[in-house]
Amino acid sequence: MSTQASKSVPKLETGIPGFEHITDGGLPKGRTTLLSGTAGSAKTVFAVQFLAEGISRMDEHGVFVTFEETPDDIRKNMTGFGWDIETWEAEGKWAFVDASPQPGEESVVSGSYDMGGLLARIEYAVRQVGATRLSMDSLGAIFTQFADGGAIRRVLLRIASTLKQMGVTAVMTAERVQEYGDIARFGIEEFVADNVIILRNALEEEKRRRTVEILKFRGAPHQKGEFPFTIVPNQGIVAIPLSAIELKQQSSNIRVTSGSSEMDKMCGGGFFRDSIILVSGATGTGKTLLTTHFIAGGTNNNERCLLFAFEESREQLFRNAGGWGFDFEQMEQAGLLKVVCAYPEMAGLEDHLLNMRAAITEFQPHRIAVDSLSAIERISTIKGFREFVIGLTSFIKQKEIIGLFTATTPTLVGGTSITEAHISTITDSIILLRYVEMFGEMRRGLTVLKMRGSIHDKDIREFVIDNQGMHIGKPFRNVAGILVGNPTQIAPEEIDRISGLFSQE
Amino acid sequence: MPEYLLKLYITGQTNRSKRAIANLRQICEQTLQGQYRIVIIDIQEQPQLAEDERILATPTLIKELPEPIRRIIGDLSDTEQVLFGLDLKTDTEFINNHTGGES
Repeated sequence: MSTQASKSVPKLETGIPGFEHITDGGLPKGRTTLLSGTAGSAKTVFAVQFLAEGISRMDEHGVFVTFEETPDDIRKNMTGFGWDIETWEAEGKWAFVDASPQPGEESVVSGSYDMGGLLARIEYAVRQVGATRLSMDSLGAIFTQFADGGAIRRVLLRIASTLKQMGVTAVMTAERVQEYGDIARFGIEEFVADNVIILRNALEEEKRRRTVEILKFRGAPHQKGEFPFTIVPNQGIVAIPLSAIELKQQSSNIRVTSGSSEMDKMCGGGFFRDSIILVSGATGTGKTLLTTHFIAGGTNNNERCLLFAFEESREQLFRNAGGWGFDFEQMEQAGLLKVVCAYPEMAGLEDHLLNMRAAITEFQPHRIAVDSLSAIERISTIKGFREFVIGLTSFIKQKEIIGLFTATTPTLVGGTSITEAHISTITDSIILLRYVEMFGEMRRGLTVLKMRGSIHDKDIREFVIDNQGMHIGKPFRNVAGILVGNPTQIAPEEIDRISGLFSQE
Repeated sequence: MPEYLLKLYITGQTNRSKRAIANLRQICEQTLQGQYRIVIIDIQEQPQLAEDERILATPTLIKELPEPIRRIIGDLSDTEQVLFGLDLKTDTEFINNHTGGES
């Protein structure tokens, strides 16, 4: 018994991107898994994709039992994901068992019955195409077709055990009424309770957030908690596994330039090659400028740079860079720069993340800049945003890319941004840009707040911007309260004047 | 009286299957005066036929002729329901019988 129990159930790779990470390898092989979710939680997409990935990736054939939509509807609805079910049917790789209700056909009930027809047809279809995968969608619909719930429960149990004998891995979908409540309607979980997956489509702060949770896999390990996923055209469900992110990234001591020799000096010789740098400051303090330097520093060394811009258009960015003496156009022509501009509101957070990952994979950059993360934060919930940042940083760290993110602080002087609060522990270095009010004049200050694994300059230095870009100068002396987020601090010029009086005496 | 073509789909020789066959034969003898043909199909032996007819519950009786086609599921132990399903009883008769002839 104990030796048996210690051996966990083998898994069947589903082929659904990201899903293997969450499930520690896939669905329990030869078992039936209940997939429960509210209306619109992508149950049918999952059920179809489970078969589609099996056919297209592993040449494993599948049977789709439909209780709700007609096979024709499913064939049509799924073409948008690039799944050509009709061809698979013709090739004998896919079979439907059509148990959808027929319009205008009521049957009279006389006496007791069982669901033997369903079982016989499923067995037959599995044999016909040599299926090792099966999806049933969705169980709630069959409970409304037949009044005898007991007969349905009995047949579902028998189906599950028959499929087990035949070595078929199956997914049964079921409806839930609430996102957080009973597992499924009709008490379905009570008889197919070995493995339960829950799909959610929750409304959080007016934003839809799709997640998948492995509630239980009897006798098999899996990741716990909810994982965000999204639905991509031509691809289907893509899960975003946060826990797959292990802290096993190599960290190197190789330094690369920040694009400004003065900044390199402040950082003790430049940024680390595979680090994440957060640049935080109020609007207009020079974040985009710092980003531009960072990119120029890369392209000067023949490194490919990828810039994700969520605030400014391409034209604006190029014009600004030109104003500081940097020619983005030329860098682009040399194949060293790629600028991706997108409105944050254009897509959901998960989609942004996938698009960014795709762009990174395609362009294979050495450096990435995101200007700004705060713009992304605007469209998300706190939880969703944190997942996004973790998903992005872990992805680029695995690829040993240096990343520079900007964050906008809500107040002009001092203060921290929410972005900062959520991601500061994830980042390796933090650079603060601040306005400093002195003698009725706004000047700019810069400091390296944190730099993991390196000594760095602790001063708050003044910097100026001209048509050559940014120039970092001397530290501010006799000024206090620059970094403090409380605008009612002692006026800096007051301190300066007082200390100035003393030193000149 | 037109000829009736009745197809009974069963799964194996279970007690329920046997009951359905016996009930069907009895009802036909009593009401259809020899004007009928019964075909019994075991879908474990001929699953393709179950697929073609989209059988889910067994036993299922399908009246193919005369049209319209009708389906009755169960072991046919409720004779009233069978007669209703075969259009041998009208709705009003059916309702009257089931409401105890209230009107």
